[in-house]
Formats: sequence, structure tokens, C-alpha cells
Amino acid sequence: MNPNLVNLVYLIAGVLFILGIKGLTKPKTAVRGNLLSAVGMMVAVIVTLMDSSVVNMTYIVAGVTVGTLIGALMALRIQMTSMPEMVALLNGFGGGASLCIALAEYYSRLGLNATSAADLATPMAVGSSAFGDGFQGTVTLISIALTVLIGALTLTGSAVAFTKLKEIMKNSYGLPGGPIGNGLLLAAALFAVGTVVMDPGNTSAMLMLIGLAFLLGIFLVIPIGGADMPVVIALLNSYSGIAAALAGFILGNTVLIIAGSLVGTSGLILTNIMCVAMNRSLGNVLFGKMAEGGETIDADEIYAGKVTSAQADEVALILETAKRVVIVPGYGMAMAQAQHAVRELANAMEARGTEVEYGIHPVAGRMPGHMNVLLAEAEVPYDKLVEMDKINPTFDDTDVAIVLGANDVVNPMARDVEGSPIYGMPILNVDYAKTVVVIKRSLSPGFAGLPNPLFAMDNTIMVYGDGKKAVIEMTTALNQA
Amino acid sequence: MEVTILLLALFVLSLFLGVELITKVPPTLHTPLMSGTNAVSGITLVGALLAAGSDTSPLLVNILGFVAVTLATLNVVGGYLVTNRMLSMFKRK
Repeated sequence: MNPNLVNLVYLIAGVLFILGIKGLTKPKTAVRGNLLSAVGMMVAVIVTLMDSSVVNMTYIVAGVTVGTLIGALMALRIQMTSMPEMVALLNGFGGGASLCIALAEYYSRLGLNATSAADLATPMAVGSSAFGDGFQGTVTLISIALTVLIGALTLTGSAVAFTKLKEIMKNSYGLPGGPIGNGLLLAAALFAVGTVVMDPGNTSAMLMLIGLAFLLGIFLVIPIGGADMPVVIALLNSYSGIAAALAGFILGNTVLIIAGSLVGTSGLILTNIMCVAMNRSLGNVLFGKMAEGGETIDADEIYAGKVTSAQADEVALILETAKRVVIVPGYGMAMAQAQHAVRELANAMEARGTEVEYGIHPVAGRMPGHMNVLLAEAEVPYDKLVEMDKINPTFDDTDVAIVLGANDVVNPMARDVEGSPIYGMPILNVDYAKTVVVIKRSLSPGFAGLPNPLFAMDNTIMVYGDGKKAVIEMTTALNQA
Repeated sequence: MEVTILLLALFVLSLFLGVELITKVPPTLHTPLMSGTNAVSGITLVGALLAAGSDTSPLLVNILGFVAVTLATLNVVGGYLVTNRMLSMFKRK
């Protein structure tokens, strides 16, 4: 097929991807946008299959079949609460695909016909224009080496993120020396990148690069956990896009570059939003611990004698007369699978004429937008899901704020106590509401490891127990009133 | 001018376009945005097809191509389907 025609079709695909993401700027147009994007993908794949160099269909049919089966099964069966795991896996697959493409291109240009593992480490003589001449050749080699680096570390990093989200791996480990260990590993990997670029026939250097990149991915993610997961997922999302764009430079493929850079920026912007919402720099999330000083704040002193607790039916009495209620969900709601119960409670309140809205903190949950998807699944209309900046001014006029499974994002210390480790992190000002109901198993601290003075405030009522059970009890009591 | 420079221009302009587009996506759609862009990054499938389908290349290249086709298809199919599933749940009252 005429290469000009192929590239024209790639351009159409690129435009469809852009229109697809544009559709995502409004919930109303989002489904159509996703569809447009999928059409773009189909067009690009079909025109590629017509390329004259694609002759052997065996591997293609096998790969497409396996990929479609597993992909469709995962997408249709996954629970909405497990969305972070799904996205982590998809990030990893994206990185893995780019890694394989870069390696295929590298070995194909070298003409390495490996029959045993040892052949992979045999130094090869490189023809003068195997990777292209002059400037172009250098760019191709740099792109290959960087795609291998980023693709491989995205693959293993995402695998670790997945095990952390699934809570298979609960502890956090790190390299000795923490950031220094990781820095040395990165320096070694970059040295391998340099070696491959200067001497592409040095196949051992390539193997070394793959190994180092795998290790780097593991050790970058392994020390990070819990509430910092949204940053990691967004960042790996970005890496998978950057790897795809770099693969585009290897193949001189325009649509790869367009799509890859869109994904890369998307991940970076989300990473930034998450960091701002935690008032921490990316470096601090990746390498730092939460600031020290947590131990000096005595939880007993804050809580002693000041915490009021109540049963669900007593809370229902307060909800009965409330004109406006704001529900603030956190990761605890996902853990308890309480989103449908929450929706039932909101229905019961709305039936009595109460105005109900939801206040969503950007880092609530384990990935950007996690709470929104869960509540959408429970058929909460999306215009009821209000972002932090818009809901905060309304707490003064709110009768009851219900905090369900959230902790650090409603900790007033972040706003009021200058020496506190989380000082400066934007929070939801639930304590400005007339009454705050906190549904929680115990007074245990959140991810930041800090006590929460909110629990001891005069206008706060603690409801201890399982989130879902407590919400259902409130609904029942309210319906009987 | 070399083709590489044109590709570089395309790359840089796409980055700027990405920033303009993505900052307009509301927080409520951030999860579908991630899974949707995952599907888009499955565009590596076109590169994978070229590696898997060539019959002049060594077997090693075909095998790497096969793995790449599998992973990229997973991204494309899984990504678009799950995004569609999520987005169809977002409704106005």
C-alpha cells in the first residue's frame, strides 16, 4: 500500500483519538468520545494489516485472539471497586508491549538469529546503516534504548503496584539507602543506555539494560503504598504513554507519536493534580516518608474524654430534620462496598426533602476519580458529585456532614496546626458543618499516621462499626421515622 | 530537513495539545480518562503487527512481536470495553 495513503489514514486515526479525549471533557459526550477513539484504533490497525511487509498472519491471529479474550473477560467481569488494579495492569501491559516492540526492532536490525539464550549475549558486528545514517541513526538508537528502559520499568512497576493494590504485598520494602540506592540503579541503567547507543552490537549491554530497568521498576514502587497509590498509578500511566511515543520514533510512525504523547501528558497532569491535592512534591511521594513529627502528637491527649459516639438510629434522628447533608466518602467506602447503601440512604433523605450532595477529595480512594466511579455505579447522578473547591464554601450552610471511610482528607490539622506533618494539604472542611457524623471502625489513624482532632470536636459524633452496616441501619431508622 | 525533525515537531505539538485537552477533563471522569488513555496507548499494536507479521525476520523477532500483539490487544480491548462500561454508568438525574 502507498505509504502516503497509510500515513493519511494514521492522521485520521490521530484526529479521532483527539476527538475521543475531547469527548471526555463532559460526561454527556464521554461515551461517544470513547467510541470515536475506538474507531480510530480500528482504522489504524486495518491499514497496518494491509502493509506489504505483514505477510505472516500466524503470530498476529494468535496474539489478537489471546489478547481479545483476556481483555474482554477482564473488562466485563472486574468490579468497580477493583478499578485501580485493572488500570495498574493495563499500564503494565502497555509498557510491556512497547518493550517488546523496541527489542524486536533492535534484534531485527542487528539480524540476530538467536537459537539459544547464549546467542542473546553474543557481540554482533553492526552494518554501518543498520540503524539508519547519521543523526537519524542516533535518534533511532536512543529511542530503542529509552523505550526498553521505560517500557521495562513500567511493566515491573505496574506489577508491584498491582500486588500492593490487591494487598498481596502489604509491607513496604526499599533498597538500602532508599533514594540513593534507586539513584545508583538509575545511573547504572542510563550507563547501559549510553553503551547500547555508542555500541549497538554490544548485545550484553542490552540484556543488562533490560535487567536493570526491571529492577528499577520494582524498587521505585515497592516502598510506596496506601494513600500514595493514586500518584504511582497516574505516573505509570504517563510512562506507558511516553514509551509508546518513543516506540513511534523507532518506527517513524506518526500515530504512535500522537497517541503516546497524549497519554503521556494525561498521566503527568493527573500525577500533578494528585500531588497538589496532598501538598507534596512528586519527589517526596516517590522517595520521602511522610514528614516526621507524627509521634510527638499524643492521640490520647486529643481524644481523652472528648469523643462522643452514638448508634445509627440516634444519628437518624438528626438526619430527619436536616435540610442539607453532604456525604464525604473515602477509601473505607470502597473497602466496605458501601456505595449502594450510601445511595439508599441518600434516597431516603431526599424523599424527606433533604438536599444531599457528595464532597469528593481529589485523592480519596486509590486512584484519581475512584469515588466518582463507585458512586456512578450506585446510580448517583454525576452532578451531585461535587469537587473540593466547590463544596468547601457550602459546609457553613450544611446541617450534617457524613464522613464515610475518610480520615486524612478531613483532618483539620492540615488547615490549622502549622507544625503538623500534613499542614498545607487542602482538606474538605467538614467541621464547619453544624453536625459531623464520622462512620469508622475505631479511632485508628489514617495513612498519615496522625490522630484526627475532628473526632474529638463538640459537633462530631462517631459511629463505630462496619460502614455498610451503619449506613443501612441509618436508612432503616430514617424510613421508619 | 530530516524526517526525524518532523516527527519531533509532531511530538512537541502533541504534548501541548495533550495539556490543553486533558486539563479540561473534569475530576469526576479521571478514572475513565486513565482507562481510556490506556486503550489509546494500545496503539502500539500497529508497531507490534509489523514485528509479528514479517516473514523475513528471525524467529526471535516474531516471538517478541507475538507478545507485543497480545499485550497491546489486551490494552485496546480491555481499555475500551471497561471505559465504555464505566462511562455508561455516569448519568444525570
